[in-house]
Amino acid sequence: MSEKELVKFQIDGLEVEAEKGQMLLPVALEYGFEIPHLCYHEAVSPYGACRLCLVEVTKGGRTKMTTSCNYPVDAGIEVATATENVLRARRMILELLLARAPKSEHIVKMAKAMGIEESRFSVIEEADGCILCGLCERVCREVVGANAITFVSRGDRREVAPPFWDPLACIACGACVYVCPTDCIKMEEHGDERTIVRWKRTLKMQPCQSCGKPFAPQFQLDWIIDRAQLSKDFYELCPVCRKQKK
Amino acid sequence: MHLKSPEELEQLRTKILEERKAQEGKKGIVLCTGTGCRGAGALEVYEAFKKELGSKSAIDFKSTCCHGFCERGPITVVEPMGTFYQRVTPDDVPHIIAETVQKGQIIEDLLYQDPKTEQKIPTEKDIPFYKKQHRLVFGHNRLIDPTRIEDYVANGGYQALAKALFHLSPDEIIEEVKRAGLRGRGGGGFPAGRKWESCRRAPGDLRYVICNCDEGDPGAYMDRSLMEGNPHRVLEGMIIGAYAIGSREGYVYVRNEYPLAVENVGIAIEQAHKMGFLGQNILGSGFDFDVKISKGGGAFVAGESTALMASIEGYVAEPRAKHIHTVESGLWDKPTNLNNVETWANVPVIIEKGVDWYSKIGTEGSKGTKIFSLVGKINNTGLIEVPMGMTLREIVYDIGGGIPGGKRFKAVQTGGPSGGCIPEEMLDLPVDFDALTKAGSMMGSGGMIVMDESTCMVDVAKYFTHFLKDESCGKCTSCRDGTLRMYEILDAITKGKGKDGDIELLEEIGWATTEASLCALGGTAANPVLSTIRYFRDEYEAHIRDKRCPAGVCPDLITYTIDPEACIACMKCKKECPTKAITGEKKVPHEIIQAKCIKCGTCKEVCPVDAVKVE
Amino acid sequence: MKSAQLEKILKAHDNQSSNVLAILQDIQATKNYLPRKTLEEVAEKLQIPLAQIYHLATFYRAFSLTPRGRHLVTVCTGTACHVKGAASILNTLERELKVQPGETTGDQEYTLETVNCLGSCALAPLVVIDGHYHGRMLGTRALSLLKGEKDASKKS
Repeated sequence: MSEKELVKFQIDGLEVEAEKGQMLLPVALEYGFEIPHLCYHEAVSPYGACRLCLVEVTKGGRTKMTTSCNYPVDAGIEVATATENVLRARRMILELLLARAPKSEHIVKMAKAMGIEESRFSVIEEADGCILCGLCERVCREVVGANAITFVSRGDRREVAPPFWDPLACIACGACVYVCPTDCIKMEEHGDERTIVRWKRTLKMQPCQSCGKPFAPQFQLDWIIDRAQLSKDFYELCPVCRKQKK
Repeated sequence: MHLKSPEELEQLRTKILEERKAQEGKKGIVLCTGTGCRGAGALEVYEAFKKELGSKSAIDFKSTCCHGFCERGPITVVEPMGTFYQRVTPDDVPHIIAETVQKGQIIEDLLYQDPKTEQKIPTEKDIPFYKKQHRLVFGHNRLIDPTRIEDYVANGGYQALAKALFHLSPDEIIEEVKRAGLRGRGGGGFPAGRKWESCRRAPGDLRYVICNCDEGDPGAYMDRSLMEGNPHRVLEGMIIGAYAIGSREGYVYVRNEYPLAVENVGIAIEQAHKMGFLGQNILGSGFDFDVKISKGGGAFVAGESTALMASIEGYVAEPRAKHIHTVESGLWDKPTNLNNVETWANVPVIIEKGVDWYSKIGTEGSKGTKIFSLVGKINNTGLIEVPMGMTLREIVYDIGGGIPGGKRFKAVQTGGPSGGCIPEEMLDLPVDFDALTKAGSMMGSGGMIVMDESTCMVDVAKYFTHFLKDESCGKCTSCRDGTLRMYEILDAITKGKGKDGDIELLEEIGWATTEASLCALGGTAANPVLSTIRYFRDEYEAHIRDKRCPAGVCPDLITYTIDPEACIACMKCKKECPTKAITGEKKVPHEIIQAKCIKCGTCKEVCPVDAVKVE
Repeated sequence: MKSAQLEKILKAHDNQSSNVLAILQDIQATKNYLPRKTLEEVAEKLQIPLAQIYHLATFYRAFSLTPRGRHLVTVCTGTACHVKGAASILNTLERELKVQPGETTGDQEYTLETVNCLGSCALAPLVVIDGHYHGRMLGTRALSLLKGEKDASKKS
């Protein structure tokens, strides 16, 4: 009952309304407030890793800087999305991230918007564009359920990889490619093979019985058939031909 | 024997005390076999005693854990005189038995000698190290064999529990703890009573209590010694807390690197069970409570409450957002009350002695005592317990005995990697949560590391930043990359590659790391850097501008030379030098070839006449 | 690791997935590292994704995915030990063993590790070899200790 309760609060002086317990960031975005964010995606649970979506929230007389992606809204809170402190923190975060993903168009654009042309920090080559936002591993775990990749180690040695660098569980669905904010996970297709480049996963694709085009990795199709308990020949046709058949 | 009522507990206690009174004046030997003394050879001394005494000895031989004066271990006390022997070796054992125990004669060589007065001091209470301490929580370590619950009972153990269960309501207990002003001893300093109250009030049926023994601050080992030496005290506090909060299940989370603590608390839990202090219907009160041990996997960040809970749940120790407090939703999303080992250990004292007695100790904002580990460049290394409000100067000089080698005091680091350095001019600061925080440091868990003129403060900042960068869970950009970049800059500075503007950049990164990070690791990671910049900016500037390390520590900025006048040409350094960088023959003064020198310091170590100079 | 051994460990922890950390600790204690095959079996038996177990195994310092050497040489790099010269002792041992902390010598004899405080600060700086604490160390003494260990192990 209380979950459906509507609460009124303020963002940058504007009175807004949302369901109690909803996360602040999506609410603010819907109202048109521009809060930069990288590790937030509506398809997966919020994580709070990138720290870019920081805002200042005043509740019960106390003001705190907090990430908005995982902050549950409550009645009477006052949110400030662009105070001096918030901007200062945002700038440093972007400068740090720029050194991890200097070629990411998205990050370069956000940095420029805050007046950062170049990072004062040396580029971390091994990062290979990854900002450790975790969207890839979250989508793989929460949405797809393949659990093919994970965070590894900790601190500055943290990275995302398949266990033992052996991508056995990866079904090459491309969900991670889709959600990655820096575009550092690439998918390539050559002939009848699909490769998720970052995880070094190459799988042979099944050709369509009708048009002959390879359309999805065999391994992936078997995986889906298994889980959804479909008949073995369920995916004989590619999506296009299947539609036409109907 | 399973006790079914507080009356039975008292009867047992009376019985044990009577048995012991009948043996009053009986000769006894107490040997510390805590981890610290073990490192100094206490187990060999233990074996020697066992062998020498034989199985049918009329002499009572007890092994305890940590007496606190770790610098002087292995420590042996001979009762009933209370003669305090230090640095005991297996060879001393037969003499101790034959002379002190049998004949009551003191062996002068084994006594502690006051370096100032040169007097030999026979008993603990007269030793300067102990004199100013107030060993309210820690003192019982020397009376108790942690593997014998009878010792704990004989010393008043579980009396407070009986009082709590039968004479106080849960709300009354919470009031007591609130009024006593007990603040968390793990570093946060949050009022324990308020935490308990919030947890009790949280909706839900199932509640957890947790004891945080993940003591990760390097140089701090108070919790370990409490857990090793008096685990029942901690358990008793937890049981009282559980009763007050309404919890039936608890966890003791011990870090992986403390095997003896894990062992002793395991034994204590088993014995407490057998005697009826844990399990169902405790002492016939109708209250059920049980406790499990959870071991850490080797991660400093696991000491953070939400990370610790994640670890118990079987995940990596990654902190979680605390918009919803753990007292409402913690372990497995249930209301959870987590407190530090020392915090729990204070509870029985508060309940037993009462708020009025307890709150007379300490300051207005920080009641009671605090156990500190006094280590580093200090004469009397060990664990001390002092009333809050004592000044740092008293601790360093009166209790600690000052700096060895006549060197000059430089700073004392409190609060571990989350804390900061306090310089000489602030030595009259009292140990008090708020006073230390105002000075740019914090109380922290109790590590107190003394540094002298030969400690480089930039190197200290680099050391802590390296530690934090290593231990960061890696989730937050501001913590992971913030500590990494601060480390890179500090490393460059110590290697003579510092640039103008580095200090300001460190401050800028430090600000963001503090403000933007999720948990207290990131939130305090900049403290070592910022506090050393605050009080020792001149050292930073010397490194950056003059490419000089005033303390003579940073290898790239120092030079090792041999003083030709002092050198006796004994060839020792030449032999040991790993890069063959020393020239010279017998009767020819030795010289170091700078290009080959890797600044390892070996030559300085082996030189019998201290002819190697560092600049 | 033999199936029976693993079964015993899992049973001792009630086959509960929340006890996975304790289970890994027991495997590490038994085998001196975490073999990949064993981790795959644990994943299957506890119905936990291998990915989660791999994260645990690489996150916590207690675990090693490669076999540790016969002798474990640990240098304490806690604050008290650091201010008393632990860094230079570590450098000396790195030079002697030709490995970095966390690595094992080619002949599988020695693994060099650092630990962030053993809580024996009165004995700083500390080196622990195979569980034996050696306090108040110097670079040269650490070397001769190691040489002593090496000679002793050569004889045996």
